[in-house]
Amino acid sequence: MFGLTKKDTLLLIVVAILTMAAPFLLNPFPSGSAMAQFNAGYPDLMQRFVIYGLFAIGFNLLFGLTGYLSFGHAAFLGVGSYSAVWMFKLLSMNVIPAIILSVIVAALFSLLIGFISLRRSGIYFSILTLAFAQMSFNLAYSVLTPITNGETGLQITLDDPRILGVSRTESGGIPVTNLFGAEMRSTYEMHVGSWLFQFNTGYYLCAVLMLLGFYLSIRIFRSPFGMMLRAVKSNQNRLRYTGLNTKPYTLAAFVISGMYAGLAGGLLACMDPLAGAERMQWTASGEVVLMTILGGAGTLLGPVLGAGFIKYFENIFSKINDTILHQWFSALPDGLEDAMVFLVHPFIGKGWSLTLGITFMLVVIFLPGGLIEGGQRIGRLFRRRTAKPAPDSAPSSTPAE
Amino acid sequence: MGLLDIKNVSKRFGGLKALSDVNLSIAEGTVHAIIGPNGAGKSTLLNVLVGKLIPDTGSVMFDGQSVLGRAPHEINQMGISRVFQTPEIFGDLSVLENVLIPCFARRDGPFRMHAFETVTNETEMVEMAEQMLGDVHMLEKRKMQASALSRGDKRRLEMAMCLVQQPKLLLLDEPTAGMARADTNNTIDLLKEIKATRPITMAIIEHDMHVVFSLAERITVLAQGTPLVEDIPAKIKGHPKVMEAYLGTAEV
Ligand SMILES: Nc1ncnc2c1ncn2[C@@H]1O[C@H](COP(=O)(O)OP(=O)(O)O)[C@@H](O)[C@H]1O
Ligand SMILES: [Mg+2]
Repeated sequence: MFGLTKKDTLLLIVVAILTMAAPFLLNPFPSGSAMAQFNAGYPDLMQRFVIYGLFAIGFNLLFGLTGYLSFGHAAFLGVGSYSAVWMFKLLSMNVIPAIILSVIVAALFSLLIGFISLRRSGIYFSILTLAFAQMSFNLAYSVLTPITNGETGLQITLDDPRILGVSRTESGGIPVTNLFGAEMRSTYEMHVGSWLFQFNTGYYLCAVLMLLGFYLSIRIFRSPFGMMLRAVKSNQNRLRYTGLNTKPYTLAAFVISGMYAGLAGGLLACMDPLAGAERMQWTASGEVVLMTILGGAGTLLGPVLGAGFIKYFENIFSKINDTILHQWFSALPDGLEDAMVFLVHPFIGKGWSLTLGITFMLVVIFLPGGLIEGGQRIGRLFRRRTAKPAPDSAPSSTPAE
Repeated sequence: MGLLDIKNVSKRFGGLKALSDVNLSIAEGTVHAIIGPNGAGKSTLLNVLVGKLIPDTGSVMFDGQSVLGRAPHEINQMGISRVFQTPEIFGDLSVLENVLIPCFARRDGPFRMHAFETVTNETEMVEMAEQMLGDVHMLEKRKMQASALSRGDKRRLEMAMCLVQQPKLLLLDEPTAGMARADTNNTIDLLKEIKATRPITMAIIEHDMHVVFSLAERITVLAQGTPLVEDIPAKIKGHPKVMEAYLGTAEV
């Protein structure tokens, strides 16, 4: 179906079902219960899951396929956000033109940065992309203040000269982002017993675009173009002596992944029409690298898993504080309770980056293929128990999902 | 005029003259061996032919066009394929994909944005690649990851990748270096088979005289960057100048 093999179609359908049912699946605990803090089924977080999933899918098309490690992809995310907010300010609060512009601007910007950075490979490429992103970040704070509104960040105000639409609503408020009238922030709440499920318009828009991005990524993975990109990673020299010009291949991959980043940035602005330069900072670029590697670079599903994993635990860990820790360990004797809280304290709240760093190190050392490899290992373990190992375990290079 | 004409080519590396005033012509349809002691400049000459090095002086004409100043992929697209001294393959890809890539390169040129086609649906390309793998007796290994192949198989795969492009000129840099006797003989047979079944010109750089005298129709002896003699194999055997160049290697 859709030009995919049976296996890929199945994968796409499963991912589609999971994303569509996310408001249920991510809220397994009744609200008000002690476990409710582990729920993730609220609009803001679910939006971040799919938006960063999209960002990582695109990043993986560059890094996972060609092996070119960009440390500057947050620049495209930021550019996407700024473009979207400008569209809201000048044209319309409809998200469609905003999304289109953010993708186009990110494409042009990544064409420029890619063209220059791809003159080098390996660590020099990484450093060039990092330098460009930091340059953009600094420019956004200084010279480009008229466009970026500097440290305050670019926002919607009450007197934006919106061509299609009004500057302020009848009640004097700021208009909200919408898709032909359907407001991004509007959420349908469904109460079932003591459970609360939230269906947010913005989330579903992002989810549909994420699925579209995922579908395109499968198509690219299975295409001759994708095969050439994997060949770039494997042996560029051989590719050249086979009559292929590696430059346009890598540049195309760079621009495509830049467009994904721009789309993600645009969507962030659609959900919350605000764009700040910190979105372009190197930490943001590093985060998408972590997501991709943590999930499994070069696999189809890995980046989405990695993005979900990081965004979920970032949210959980940042919320936990000492009071909650004391609750958890309250069953222990007093002295031990304090000791446990003392031990765990550095890893929670603001210490989340420490936890993330350690997790990342452990994954890179013990599971270089990321979460996907972990899943495959567990799967193999179960299969071995039920049946004798299959003889056809010869490694195939078709990237696993 | 041969298929390949090398005229007055010189190349220095610092103070070292790796090639000095090389003149060499390879006639269409022949197997031309270039032999010579270590450091004679054989690999350097090959690197000039494929665009990896630019000579200091001289000209290289292939099929009526100059190859100098062209990028390696352009030279390949003109019809020159090269097998390296150590096999250069796509280790992370499957054996079949390794052969598919040159098939696409031949059909689509140096770049094409074929992001919405599916490799497995390109039956014409897949058939072509599988046929080629059959020719080199590797069809049953098509799903293996290329890096898992034995050295002999890697070399064979690399040859398949070059041959599937149907090059006018195939350059082989020590195709049997480091191979066991049995693998070497297999390679000789394979090259003979290739030569018998298609109109191809080959330039072989080789150390192993057994290989050279089994395959070559013409031999050029290179020493210290200059061609000493060029003749048919029967006349190269026992040629005094050659004996001198190979001082000690009585095999010739
Ligand atoms: N890139 C290089 N830089 C400096 N010297 C080189 C380079 N490549 C080859 N040489 C030198 O040029 C000479 C010819 O080398 P080469 O062509 O590899 O010889 P062969 O392949 O006949 O053994 C050798 O003395 C070698 O050391
Ligand atoms: Mg050599």
